[in-house]
Amino acid sequence: MSRHVTNAQAALLSLAILAAFLGIWEFSARSGGPAGGAALDPEYAALLGAAAAQGGQTPFPMPSEIAVRLWELVRDPFYIRGPNDQGIGIQLAYSLARVGAGFLIAAAVAIPLGFLIGMSPLLSAALNPFIQVLRPVSPLAWMPLALYTIKDSSVSSIFVIFICSVWPMLLNTAFGVSSTRKEWLNVARTLEAGKLKTAWKVILPAAAPTILTGMRISIGIAWLVIVAAEMLVGGTGIGYWVWNQWNNLSLADIVIAILLIGIVGLLLDRLLGVAARAVAWAE
Amino acid sequence: MSNAYVSVEAIARRYPGATIFENLWFDIRRGEFVCLVGHSGCGKTTVLNILAGLEAPSDGAVIVDGQEITGPSLDRAVIFQGHALMPWMTAEQNVAFALSCRHPSWPKAKLREAARAALEKVGLGHAADKKPAQLSGGMKQRVGIARALAIAPKMLLMDEPFSALDALTRGALQEEVSRLVTEADQTAFMITHDVDEAILLADRILLMTNGPQARVAEVVVNTLPRPRDRASLHHMPGYHELRDHILDFLITRSRTLAGTPPADWNPRDVPEVRPAQPHVPPPPRAAA
Repeated sequence: MSRHVTNAQAALLSLAILAAFLGIWEFSARSGGPAGGAALDPEYAALLGAAAAQGGQTPFPMPSEIAVRLWELVRDPFYIRGPNDQGIGIQLAYSLARVGAGFLIAAAVAIPLGFLIGMSPLLSAALNPFIQVLRPVSPLAWMPLALYTIKDSSVSSIFVIFICSVWPMLLNTAFGVSSTRKEWLNVARTLEAGKLKTAWKVILPAAAPTILTGMRISIGIAWLVIVAAEMLVGGTGIGYWVWNQWNNLSLADIVIAILLIGIVGLLLDRLLGVAARAVAWAE
Repeated sequence: MSNAYVSVEAIARRYPGATIFENLWFDIRRGEFVCLVGHSGCGKTTVLNILAGLEAPSDGAVIVDGQEITGPSLDRAVIFQGHALMPWMTAEQNVAFALSCRHPSWPKAKLREAARAALEKVGLGHAADKKPAQLSGGMKQRVGIARALAIAPKMLLMDEPFSALDALTRGALQEEVSRLVTEADQTAFMITHDVDEAILLADRILLMTNGPQARVAEVVVNTLPRPRDRASLHHMPGYHELRDHILDFLITRSRTLAGTPPADWNPRDVPEVRPAQPHVPPPPRAAA
């Protein structure tokens, strides 16, 4: 029953699902919206805000409201009006810079170290217990130690990104290197290629697809973790912004943040997907 | 034995509890093509790997050009059973990689040019920019041959290079190798279990008994005149005697001769036979 499905068909169905979802959301938010009407002491209302004074909850935003708010935010993404009021683009840029820094440092450590582990069974066996114990630790558990030793909250979140993205790259590099075909290594040996030349010209390209897979997993995890890390340390970044908007009860902003985080995450994944395709080889 | 380019002296491969072969002696002369024929499991590939320097023998030594080998060398190029091309490199880059090992000082342009020339020699000039995945099995093996010959080795080692190919391609490549080796007067050692391949290419054919404790039971001297080609090979006088002799060995005697050698067995002086040589009548007795 595998009929050929065109992209246009799939896109059409996607759009239909999206429209139905937004329609139901809009409709239910409207009908279940603020009850209103109850008599209020105007002073009480002024103190607490109308919604809270009514004893009701902030109504969940409708898609149309979110769309309006999204337009407001993306129309001017890079404004800075004081430390607590900066454009969404600035916040995303902070988060991306931290992820980028932590990820690159992790790659700079994990790929050479993974190379050594992959080449040396002794080193692999010796380091394996440490890796196995440290790998499952939630990166946020490192945050207090990082804050204590580093003292700078921004650098601490970079450290947390480093810690969470180092493991997949380390393990994948080690695996990719250790599973380089013996026949290719034998070719290099019979050609008397030096160690460095063999590593650079044979092992690295052979392992590159596996390494890239590790990098792709890492960047995904890093992007997940940065939101939580920034919620913890505060100051700047998309995670902080989400928490800030929660404190402001701006649910529309949170929905928008979720959407943007998703889109940026998708773009990061695609970026590494392109890189992976560039180093892929087929037998 | 003094004019031997390679002499294999008493090499052995032992694993705990098993001796694959031991006390193996043979030699290969300069410009000679030697085939090693035997069944799987007799340690043929191990012998080749020891000659290549990829493995060390458990015992004994291999002397090449007067020196005991201690590891792989550019002087002994290997054509592997699987083509062993790097799939991320084009055909040209694969050959150029080998050339860059031989000539580290060559600039890129010169390496490219030489790689192209090597590919032209095996008729693959048009496929220089293709990755191995885009090439057929026979073409891949041709690139492997070009890579091995490009570095101008003193000796060519081949481990069943054509066994993974279909019969038609195999035939074409055998003739190609025959031509290239003859042109360059290349010393070569090849493992095969294709009898016709051995007869077409080899000057001498070493017949190995089944393992464990495999040994070279006999050396068949191929007296069929060169040049040989596949089209006329089986019409050559003596061809059938030669072929039958080797087939008999593979089917029956490789099994019956296996195991402990006879008491008067001298591994350094393995009997030589010339099945293809026309029977020479005994010299006429002088009249009384």
